[in-house]
Amino acid sequence: MQNKTWIVLQREYLTRVKKKSFIILTFLMPILFSSFIFIPILLDKIDTPEVNTIAVVDKSELFMNAFKETESLKYKYIDPVEFDEVKQKMKEKNFYALLMIPQNIYASNKAILYSDRQITMGTESTIRRQLENLMEKDKRAQLIKELKVPDLEQRLRNTNTSIKINSVKISEDGKAKKSSAGLASAIGGVTGFLIYIFLIMFGQMVMASIMEEKTNRIVEVIVSSVKPFQLLVGKIVGVALVGLTQIVMWVVLSVILLFVAKSYFLGGQIDAAQAQDLMAQSAGVDMAQVQQMGGEKAQEIFEIINGIDFVSIIGFFAFFFIGGYLLYSSFFGAIGAAVDAQEDAQQFMLPIMLPIIISFMMMMIVVKNPDGALAFWGSMIPFTSPIVMMARVPYGVPAWEMALSMSLLIASIIGAIWMASKIYRTGILMYGKKVSWKELFKWLRYKNY
Amino acid sequence: MEILSAHHVEKMYANHRALTDVSISIEEGSVFGLLGPNGAGKTTLLRIINQITAPDKGTVNFKGRPLRLSDVELIGYLPEERGLYKKMKVGEQALYLAQLKGLSRRDALRRLKTWFEKFEIQPWWDKKVMELSKGMQQKVQFICTVLHEPELLIFDEPFSGFDPINANILKEEILALKERGATLIFSTHNMASVEEVCDHIALINESKKILDGSIDKVRDQFKSNTFEVSFKGAIGDVSNALVGDFEILDHTEGKRFDSIRVKHLNGTSNNELLTRLTPNVEIVSFSEVIPSMNDIFIRAVEETRQK
Repeated sequence: MQNKTWIVLQREYLTRVKKKSFIILTFLMPILFSSFIFIPILLDKIDTPEVNTIAVVDKSELFMNAFKETESLKYKYIDPVEFDEVKQKMKEKNFYALLMIPQNIYASNKAILYSDRQITMGTESTIRRQLENLMEKDKRAQLIKELKVPDLEQRLRNTNTSIKINSVKISEDGKAKKSSAGLASAIGGVTGFLIYIFLIMFGQMVMASIMEEKTNRIVEVIVSSVKPFQLLVGKIVGVALVGLTQIVMWVVLSVILLFVAKSYFLGGQIDAAQAQDLMAQSAGVDMAQVQQMGGEKAQEIFEIINGIDFVSIIGFFAFFFIGGYLLYSSFFGAIGAAVDAQEDAQQFMLPIMLPIIISFMMMMIVVKNPDGALAFWGSMIPFTSPIVMMARVPYGVPAWEMALSMSLLIASIIGAIWMASKIYRTGILMYGKKVSWKELFKWLRYKNY
Repeated sequence: MEILSAHHVEKMYANHRALTDVSISIEEGSVFGLLGPNGAGKTTLLRIINQITAPDKGTVNFKGRPLRLSDVELIGYLPEERGLYKKMKVGEQALYLAQLKGLSRRDALRRLKTWFEKFEIQPWWDKKVMELSKGMQQKVQFICTVLHEPELLIFDEPFSGFDPINANILKEEILALKERGATLIFSTHNMASVEEVCDHIALINESKKILDGSIDKVRDQFKSNTFEVSFKGAIGDVSNALVGDFEILDHTEGKRFDSIRVKHLNGTSNNELLTRLTPNVEIVSFSEVIPSMNDIFIRAVEETRQK
């Protein structure tokens, strides 16, 4: 008889996997996902930076040839007598802007940047920072000269300090591992979100499938060959395998696509150091400093990634994914069996969708505060634990809490399946009857096989 | 030898009693009619026989031993509420249902080919069910019901939804199954079809069995001792001749002769009746009025209602 569950399971699995909508979604998501990562990089690649030349009129004569040229900014120093002419014919002379440093800059702390177009924020701030640096250096040099303290310049430089804080998590076996709160919350959020999406998507798939059999009136034909429980189990497991297939396909395809896209579009040009440069630039960090730290930083990222226990994350993800699915698909299945039409399903759907949505909202908070009371209770209550617990897993969860949460979930699954199969058996053969909650509770007490 | 028997079966639902102490016995190779008005409990009894639901009390025996789960492979059931997966292809679906009945894929494929040829429906194999008409779907369902060559076949309202031509094809196929030795259970409230095919009937009303027996016995039981006489002559002479010992139920005037229906009142014999009539009128025909199953059905149901 076990064999029949297998036949049902095969049909449930194959008809779904062969569906166009499944195939499209399976291939579309990784493409979408990798394009989110690659299109910005690609655009950045295509968009070669424009080199702008700034004309500098330095009336103070303090900054002659002192401005450092960058990738996108070049400077040309012009005689103050040409000022008016350049100002008038900026475009013809190919100047992006005209920087006028007044004679009394030290008193006024003001310079003027003329342009015939809107100057970008980046250009303005680069010029401002350079000017500030130059003035600071100059002022400091003057001060050092006045104070006449031996080796003052060197001594001042020695006071420059740069501090780095490494967060280190002490695991239960006493080993210290580098951790990153940012990465942990990202992993928790993504895995929790995936479970949330799949609970709703595949729970409703089970419901629709049961309703289809009931409204098509095929169910009585089938339960004359298979026990209703076998049909229900074959269906739930079949749909679960569809979900797992989809997740595995998404991961595998995304990885393949990312590699293919990387080598095809970028020819492997973007390596870690370049990516860092890119990030540092956009963050406005001093390049030299970053380069100096580069090696160290890469080492650190590597250590943090090593510090994450991927095996246990994948293991717990699989458990809570399957557990949450079994719990909720039982409820969804019971509804599908109880009602005759989609419209009737609405009143029963709300109480089941609600805890899923609430757990998602709880998860968003727990990801930021994985040790609070909300995190604890959310990850214990079986209705919310599949989603909320995933937010805590990357931070590490005490063994007893994990064990308790898992046992509670398993116990509720057994209860839910018992309840669902009772309602299912009665519901699938009940036609043309509007069911109420009271009716459903009555069905639980029916004697059946 | 009996193939199936139910003993004192009871089934309660929340608000009503579906079966009260129902016992039936079905001979191997016979055609058994399970009759009754809508909602009497027929479908519940069939579901119990198919192990779709369990009785609260009572037992069901199959081939002399309690019904087993594996017996579903020896039973074919065409329920009243029947359908197919609309988006699945006809062939694939028939294969699936056959495999659920324990057939191997190869056997199922071979037998399906034969049946599809017989019904001349090979072109449907790759069509989706939703593209077929309702009558076409019923044919596919019939094939799926009999494909595993069950020893016991159960049809719940088999002719509903069929046009007369297809209903006839179906009836012939069902009788052919009987020839091959299968036992059949018909559940219906269509009495005309029962008279033609059933050997034995049981009538269920309001959860109770109110009538059970072979068709002939049931008819005997409901015979009202009424006779139809056709004659040439005056009706006045006839009523004068019969007064006292007979009751004339009705009188129909015809072009060539008249007919009356007569009931014996005091246990008189048929010869007595004829002796009284022959001097007065010329008798054209004389026959006993046999109750139709429809009459029996209505009378039996009304009698239990009066009780």
